[in-house]
Amino acid sequence: MNAVVSKHITKRYGTVEALKGIDLEVEAGELFGIIGADGAGKTTLFRILTTLLLADEGEASVDGLDVVTQYKLVRSRIGYMPGRFSLYPDLSVQENLEFFASVFGTTIEENYALIEPIYKQIAPFKTRRSGKLSGGMKQKLALCCALIHRPTVLFLDEPTTGVDPVSRKEFWEMLRQLKLQGITIVVSTPYMDEANLCDRIALMRLGEFLKVDTPRNIIQQFGESLWAAKSQEMYHLLMDIRSFSAVKRCYTFGPEHHFTIEDTQVEPLKKYLRDKGHQVEINAVTASIEDCYMQLEGKNHE
Amino acid sequence: MNKVVTVQGLTKKFGAFTAVDQISFEVEKGEIFGFLGANGAGKTTAMRMLCGLSFPTSGTGTVAGFDISTQSEQIKRNIGYMSQRFSLYDDLKVWENIRLYAGIYGVPERLIDERTDLLLERLNFKNERNTLVKSLPLGWKQKLAFSVSIFHHPSVVFLDEPTGGVDPNTRRQFWEMIYEAADSGITVFVTTHYMDEAEYCNRVSIMVDGRIDALDTPANLKKQFGVATMDEVFHSLARKAQRGE
Repeated sequence: MNAVVSKHITKRYGTVEALKGIDLEVEAGELFGIIGADGAGKTTLFRILTTLLLADEGEASVDGLDVVTQYKLVRSRIGYMPGRFSLYPDLSVQENLEFFASVFGTTIEENYALIEPIYKQIAPFKTRRSGKLSGGMKQKLALCCALIHRPTVLFLDEPTTGVDPVSRKEFWEMLRQLKLQGITIVVSTPYMDEANLCDRIALMRLGEFLKVDTPRNIIQQFGESLWAAKSQEMYHLLMDIRSFSAVKRCYTFGPEHHFTIEDTQVEPLKKYLRDKGHQVEINAVTASIEDCYMQLEGKNHE
Repeated sequence: MNKVVTVQGLTKKFGAFTAVDQISFEVEKGEIFGFLGANGAGKTTAMRMLCGLSFPTSGTGTVAGFDISTQSEQIKRNIGYMSQRFSLYDDLKVWENIRLYAGIYGVPERLIDERTDLLLERLNFKNERNTLVKSLPLGWKQKLAFSVSIFHHPSVVFLDEPTGGVDPNTRRQFWEMIYEAADSGITVFVTTHYMDEAEYCNRVSIMVDGRIDALDTPANLKKQFGVATMDEVFHSLARKAQRGE
């Protein structure tokens, strides 16, 4: 059964089309990632799916319940962690948790097993006001509050934005544990490297899904030959690779530059770059999700 | 002057808490210097001291040739600064934002118009001169914010997580502007959580618990830790952190 379904959801703000007809199906128990930058429409979509905003057109359901006509039931089934810290800063850690439990007609004890691995990390600070917590601890508390009524579907809107790489890794480990408990998770992120941790992903841009599939399938469909180059002078190398007419796209990629080109043109390119004084090293590489996103975005522009 | 930033034993305490613990380093003219660390490692506190916004508890340092303890006003006039949330005014037009910041940074009146034209041309922004900043796409805003932060030709620009939340293409275009600025002699001091961006820096420092635990070129750091990526370097250092955020 599908845990989340949306059919042709659209939303406008004035003249801005925030969502241009989103079709989405998330299976029960799936860890589904929505990958896109600021302004893609991720938050608008989350707010519609969590019954906080009405779509202009289209329909959506969570756990088979309509998000408009059955919004109260939907709210009891879902957990939602917005991008912005939205707990009560004047309440302590424990008071926040008690409050959210009581709103959902439950107690901390009833579902303690679910939150225990996360809560025990912040339990030493349970009397501290939540506004005085560090970023990482706030995030853990917010996750506990979103889980306290044992939701069937958890919506996490950019939980790792602005979070350092180590804390990001810890957070994804927590999500993996929650998935094992059978909770469906829909999570959005601007970090392309987090895509590989999801069962399936939607690459989102300007109110549209560019692609929805497993990370592995998306990578397999890249379909161009991709190369990586490095030399002692990376900035000039970038300009020089781009100036070679057979190169289709070339962009920085960590310690290397990635570019697409017909295989037969690689040797001529090497010679061209050596003539320009580069001690260049060129290797064939496998595309990552980030390469795929940029390819799709490029096609979208044409 | 080839050292644009010099710092010796820089320390900042808040009560019993040592946020920045005796850090020392130097940044050369035209260098792209990556200032990395986990949340709470002390990056922001250190950067605030370098920008003349907060005084050290102990230690000394100079930025653009001025003393961070006694010449903070001169420092503010000789650096550029851009934060993640840009700080452009949404309700002002593109040219008005440029005009405002040029005035704040003390660019001589007679140079402002000429430099504004030049800037708009270089950014391909000529048709946007009278556009309100709020209606610009995010990537354009970011380019404009960066250009405004170096409009007064500072010797060093501080970028605090300039690329958070931005799509991969825009992020790359932004880094090409950084390369260009550094190529023209402006020193770039940048914080980021993207480890692929750490690779674009000439040198990188990594803060752990208020101290600088590593400082070298990305290539040397990877060699030193025997790993293939900066992500792994970062993890092996940050994992040792004792204190929370």
